[in-house]
Amino acid sequence: MLGVVTAVIARDLKLAMRRQADIVSALFFFIIVVSLFPLGIGPEPDLLRKLAPGVLWVAALLATMLSLPRLFADDHRDGTLEQLALAPHPLGLVVTGKVIAHWLVSGLPLALIAPVLGIQFDLSTEALLVLTGAILLGTPALSGIGAIGAALTLGLRGGGVLLSLLVLPLYIPVLIFGAGAVDATVSGLGGEGHLSLLGAMTFASLGFAPWASAAALKIALE
Amino acid sequence: MLEADNLECVRGERRLFAGLGFKLGPGELLYLKGRNGAGKTSLLRMIIGLLPPEAGEIRWKGEPIKSAGEAFRADLCYLGHLNAIKEELTPLENLMAAARLADETLSEDEALDALEQVGLAGREDLACKYLSQGQKRRVALARLVQERRPLWVLDEPFVALDVAAVDWLAQLISAHLQRGGLAVMTTHQPVDIPAGTVRELGLS
Repeated sequence: MLGVVTAVIARDLKLAMRRQADIVSALFFFIIVVSLFPLGIGPEPDLLRKLAPGVLWVAALLATMLSLPRLFADDHRDGTLEQLALAPHPLGLVVTGKVIAHWLVSGLPLALIAPVLGIQFDLSTEALLVLTGAILLGTPALSGIGAIGAALTLGLRGGGVLLSLLVLPLYIPVLIFGAGAVDATVSGLGGEGHLSLLGAMTFASLGFAPWASAAALKIALE
Repeated sequence: MLEADNLECVRGERRLFAGLGFKLGPGELLYLKGRNGAGKTSLLRMIIGLLPPEAGEIRWKGEPIKSAGEAFRADLCYLGHLNAIKEELTPLENLMAAARLADETLSEDEALDALEQVGLAGREDLACKYLSQGQKRRVALARLVQERRPLWVLDEPFVALDVAAVDWLAQLISAHLQRGGLAVMTTHQPVDIPAGTVRELGLS
């Protein structure tokens, strides 16, 4: 059972390594968007500290969106998606593998670079740690929810815009609790509660999203 | 082994066919014939279970393919008109990845041997995006060399192949039939499959 998940992850990671431009461009998008804010607002540490969690999270949502349209589109175009759907496993497991691979190449790099970007906003060490933890915990949910949107808009013309309209509203809870965790740490309340809720959202979406995506993919393949 | 009765296919507003049925046993080949747009590919996609029929039923070993699900798919090998190969991967990596995803054991030597048979010796480490259209098709066909699943469903397998490759593929299919396999295929080229019982089904 788990063999197919690891097989899909291994294949998608290998493909991503051959197409590094995709990973690098999403990461640079994140870096540039986040860096524009301190430049635009000017050196006001209090204001920057207040803005930091929201800015970093919104940029992370948008950077994740960038790579979503291609999650299934490439496989659909060259016929591999049919073969994946015909493999003797539930399609949901295949999608689970694709979601994990998507997180490894899009969410994980964001979490690793976020503390460095947070320094521009004069965040304390504790806040930076919570920020990294929140992005690590929350981005898998973004990949999972995004997979549903990517599957629903597969093969549509102008699907990219529709995908954003569909998925961004669903990202709101992750945004609220992700940014809230850092806010609460900065204001001294402690972000554990927010982080637990983020973790719960990630587990729920990783359990549920692949099967919903698989159902949408089967319709797209008809 | 493979039976269908009373199949009906509606695409958009048009009914492509209705009341269609066939029976196929071990060692038999079913040729689907018909003009463009007659519903050959739609019928193939019904047989592999990607397109639910409007009416009627398809059974594999007596069980409807819908409820057989994974057991049916474990017996099925499908080659569509898309090659299902990844341009960024080499032919060897494509074969190994396809086998892993289909839960088949394929050693690297077997994969290299399959690539040699389809005339891609020396190209196994070149990314597929540098191959020609015909060579990409050969990579897709190389999957069939070690393929031992009983039901082959092939959509226009002879497209983009040269004369020698057409003969080679006909031999491969007849070897599959001799092992007791089943095959369903569409083609516009008349090709002699040397062994097995050939049935024809015309769609109009």
